[in-house]
Amino acid sequence: MSLYQAFAKKLRQTVLQMTHRAKSSHVGTSLSMADLLAVLYGGILCVRPEEPDWPDRDRFILSKGHGCAGLYAALAERGFFPRSWLEDFYQNGARLAGHVTHHGVPGVEASTGSLGHGLSIACGMALAGKRDRQNYRVFTLMSDGECDEGSVWEAAMFAAHHRLDNLIAIVDYNKIQSLGAVKQILDLEPFDKKWEAFGWTVKQIDGHAIAQIEGALKEIPFRKGTPSCLIAHTVKGKGVPFMENELLWHYRAPNGEELKRAIECLSREEGV
Amino acid sequence: MRTAFFRTLVELADQDERIYLVVADLGFGSVEPFIEKYPGRFLNVGVAEQNMIGIAVGLALSGKIVFAYAISNFPTLRCLEQIRNDVCYHRANVKIVTSGGGLSYGALGMTHHVTEDLAVMRALPNMMVVAPGDPVETAHATRAMAAHPGPAYFRLGRAGEPVIHKQPIEFKLGKAILARPGQDLTLISTGGLLGLALEAAEALESDGVQTRVLSMPTVKPLDHEAVLAAARETPVIVTLEEHSILGGLGGAVAEVLAESEEKVLFKRLGLPSAFADQVGDQQYLRAAYGLSREGVVESIKSLLIGVRK
Repeated sequence: MSLYQAFAKKLRQTVLQMTHRAKSSHVGTSLSMADLLAVLYGGILCVRPEEPDWPDRDRFILSKGHGCAGLYAALAERGFFPRSWLEDFYQNGARLAGHVTHHGVPGVEASTGSLGHGLSIACGMALAGKRDRQNYRVFTLMSDGECDEGSVWEAAMFAAHHRLDNLIAIVDYNKIQSLGAVKQILDLEPFDKKWEAFGWTVKQIDGHAIAQIEGALKEIPFRKGTPSCLIAHTVKGKGVPFMENELLWHYRAPNGEELKRAIECLSREEGV
Repeated sequence: MRTAFFRTLVELADQDERIYLVVADLGFGSVEPFIEKYPGRFLNVGVAEQNMIGIAVGLALSGKIVFAYAISNFPTLRCLEQIRNDVCYHRANVKIVTSGGGLSYGALGMTHHVTEDLAVMRALPNMMVVAPGDPVETAHATRAMAAHPGPAYFRLGRAGEPVIHKQPIEFKLGKAILARPGQDLTLISTGGLLGLALEAAEALESDGVQTRVLSMPTVKPLDHEAVLAAARETPVIVTLEEHSILGGLGGAVAEVLAESEEKVLFKRLGLPSAFADQVGDQQYLRAAYGLSREGVVESIKSLLIGVRK
């Protein structure tokens, strides 16, 4: 098992435990992006946990703020804050809320939770970087359902117009949104063509294949002078077979028995 | 006011290279001097207000002082959630500036009437709300807001309003400005009705009523002290605003008075919570809603009849 795979597995275990303890929703979305986060926080992002506001850091915005458990787990794993903060996630008096909050949480660039905000903020940061001749890059991770929001496409037009090749949008394309299948609710296809038509350079990968994720993220910008869009085909609930592709796990938290089974599944699934 | 704002903004940009001007494809005839001098700190995002606010926040979180400009309700109501979550929650150094406060765009119709903005912006945590009374207050307020590290909403009228303050004023965000002394009544005005307030005060003087006129450019945080002093020192308080009487200056003053121990006769003058059902320019529509000298004097006189009994 590679270091990235081990990191991803750890993230999956942690979010299962967090959502179980908190009885919170959105475990499926944290599982679908676990491999992406593992590669980002395991190596791609140039950040300093001991100096979270380091001016030259890469910026990462989790625009799909409901996936906060995954982000918090990754930040704690990297040492931005103590792991103990994860224990009372989403509970009375805790530091960590059920959508991404920057307030008092080192390493979080922007608070999110309403979809369609992150890419615009990322555009502003990327533009500032360009105009100030800084070398940092700005990453934002969005959900597929989020791309229903018109504001995403306002930002998409802007990024290409301003040639923000220090900006990368990653879409966790797990094909399930709040009330069902993306294809049935508001089809995004042809998804890559949409981004290309907006002036982005697009790559599509298996969002659970570590080598593909790493390979793509090491090639940013995909084309000089254009923003990069990485469409990561993923499986909602990935790693826990009884959660995979099940809408239910957008809402339900695993109970004690389910948590035990889920952790066992992760241990078996060595070759994710 | 627009002229004073943009002139002052260029001066500020001369002194501070963090100043950015971001617009949503508006500002013809106003933004050109800034663009000419500082093209690298100007940004037109196109007709996309939600994106404008998000970008402004991204710039602000990267160390810039961002003035985000459009007209009418476009930079507020269209992108309210971006303002709440992204500007206010992050305490981002973004100043949202609109031109066309109140009924400035009169005959352009309902979409362009800015008549609930003070109430809506005032409700947002961390947001300062400023509506200057004339070009002098505008210039002061622009400088003060640039120096204030955090979110602010700045409501301008249009271009070409008269200068009301002929003498130098002491301007401080959150503080009322005494525009005229008086002890029978306090008339508190915000935004472009300051001139009207003074005209009404003068008309009332011929009836022997000495009106204190307070200009209240900062609607939030409100100058509680000035309101309470007025309540102690004058038996009547009237608020005047080119805005719905719900939740703006009148609402803010009412909140302070209702929770105080002062007993004072109080009335809000402004627009009803209704869309304008007539077509006309700013003066025409103001008059239709009683926001003329005659209208204001009449309202105040009928209020005073009660006091003098």
